[in-house]
Amino acid sequence: MIEIQGLHKSFGTNRVLQGLDLSVRKGETLAVIGQSGSGKSILIKHMIGLMRPDQGRISIDGVDICCLSERELYAVRRKFGLLFQAAALFDSLTVAENVRFGLERYQDYPPDRIREIVLESLAKVGLRDVEDLMPYELSGGMKKRVGLARAIAYGPEIMLYDEPSTGIDPIRADAINDLILRMQQEMNVTSVVITHDMTSAYKVADRLAMLYNGKIVQIGAPDEIRNSANPIVQQFIHGQAAGPIKDY
Amino acid sequence: MASESKPFPFSTLFSQVGQVGLLFGRATAGLFRKPFEKENFLQQLEDIGVRSLPVVSLTAAFGGLVFGLQTYIGFHRFIGPGSEAYGGPVISLGLTKELIPILVGLMITGRVGSAMAAEIGTMKITEQIDALYSLGADPVRYLVTPRLLASVIMMPILVLYGDIIGIACGYIYNVMMGVNQHIYLKNTLLYLEFWDVVTGLIKAAVFGGVIAVIGCWQGLEARGGAEGVGRAATRAVVVASIGVLILNFFLSKALPADLVL
Ligand SMILES: Nc1ncnc2c1ncn2[C@@H]1O[C@H](COP(=O)(O)OP(=O)(O)OP(=O)(O)O)[C@@H](O)[C@H]1O
Ligand SMILES: [Mg+2]
Repeated sequence: MIEIQGLHKSFGTNRVLQGLDLSVRKGETLAVIGQSGSGKSILIKHMIGLMRPDQGRISIDGVDICCLSERELYAVRRKFGLLFQAAALFDSLTVAENVRFGLERYQDYPPDRIREIVLESLAKVGLRDVEDLMPYELSGGMKKRVGLARAIAYGPEIMLYDEPSTGIDPIRADAINDLILRMQQEMNVTSVVITHDMTSAYKVADRLAMLYNGKIVQIGAPDEIRNSANPIVQQFIHGQAAGPIKDY
Repeated sequence: MASESKPFPFSTLFSQVGQVGLLFGRATAGLFRKPFEKENFLQQLEDIGVRSLPVVSLTAAFGGLVFGLQTYIGFHRFIGPGSEAYGGPVISLGLTKELIPILVGLMITGRVGSAMAAEIGTMKITEQIDALYSLGADPVRYLVTPRLLASVIMMPILVLYGDIIGIACGYIYNVMMGVNQHIYLKNTLLYLEFWDVVTGLIKAAVFGGVIAVIGCWQGLEARGGAEGVGRAATRAVVVASIGVLILNFFLSKALPADLVL
């Protein structure tokens, strides 16, 4: 499904990813945890070809995406739905136009069906009567949910969620957890969820991976992570200031 | 997805010219690939064309007036009273071939080139460009192609409109100064050729392309925050203005003064 080997990425002298290996299995939900600034968002941007690695291989369903042209990448990106950390809504388009955007380009539905799917997708994230609003008229959490509706609208096979519950109230956040689970159960969607919310990670994920110092330090089922012998993982999941991680 | 390294200044110039050329090529190629972004195109036609009319009217009017004024003085002083009516073709020639294309080009650079850089730059730093990619839209085809086409179409129209206003204002000034309007008009119609106007319109189309491509290029290259967007807008205006002036000289040199058919 998603295979990453020896991924390196630096910005100037800031070495963010340093030989990261990770594989995501078909149909599973993988939660990626790690400190702020550890490179989680960078990691998922590499998966969908928005960033090119300095070094390393990334393959999606057996296709190495490192050397694809933009046109070939289009076919790969169509498999993905990406929820951006800051929503990244098109600010000159209405909510409905935002949600419709990928749908019109990736699918070939008649206008009526498109309108239906837009409303359904918004309903799935708990939004109603917002179709004609502009993004600047929405609250932060609403933007995030419109971003999510836009990503799921065209039925991607792989969902990448960059902190889906950050900035959203606890009830809505749990509703989004349920949505992630439902997408997996009903449509066999493969998901990568970046999150700082351990409760949510344990609830939605089949496996958790912790990113630290540019590498995955441990990957395993929720119970393995919870009972990890690795002090770095222990410090992180219990949110303790004291421990081997000093640079925060 | 450009490289983050900083090469030497001289090679930077070449690589930047290369980047602009490449962007122009990709935007042009976008014209022939489906889907054509009709809504964006119409929006740009309105932004670049209709909304520029007040600015173009004012610049052309005062360009025509001041050119009329100096030509009047010139004829009056060097050839003598009564000869001012022969200034008509000089004014029209200067306006249609040089002054109006340059003035309009610079005004549109300030109004439209900077707006393109700021808008696309904001989209870049707020990840909207990444979002376009992730939703299956090529940012060049979605953003740059409609702007380029609209600009190349609208600039000649604005210049033609400016020509009319400028020539009319030059005429009005001279008539108010007591010049014989019949001789003035007759001379203008006799000596101003269709080709003179067309020369100006060809220049305008080229300027339109330069303004749009440089504005979009600076936007796509924007880095950092609000400051980066500001820098992109400023740089778009500076680079495109200089480009317009330099290209204007070479186009004046390259385009024949008379079209012999
Ligand atoms: N476009 C960029 N240019 C330069 N440096 C960048 C860029 N994007 C990210 N970085 C750097 O890469 C590192 C990782 O960033 P990233 O956004 O992946 O962090 P993150 O793990 O998602 O953090 P958070 O949990 O706060 O979202 C950071 O140190 C950041 O400074
Ligand atoms: Mg992040």
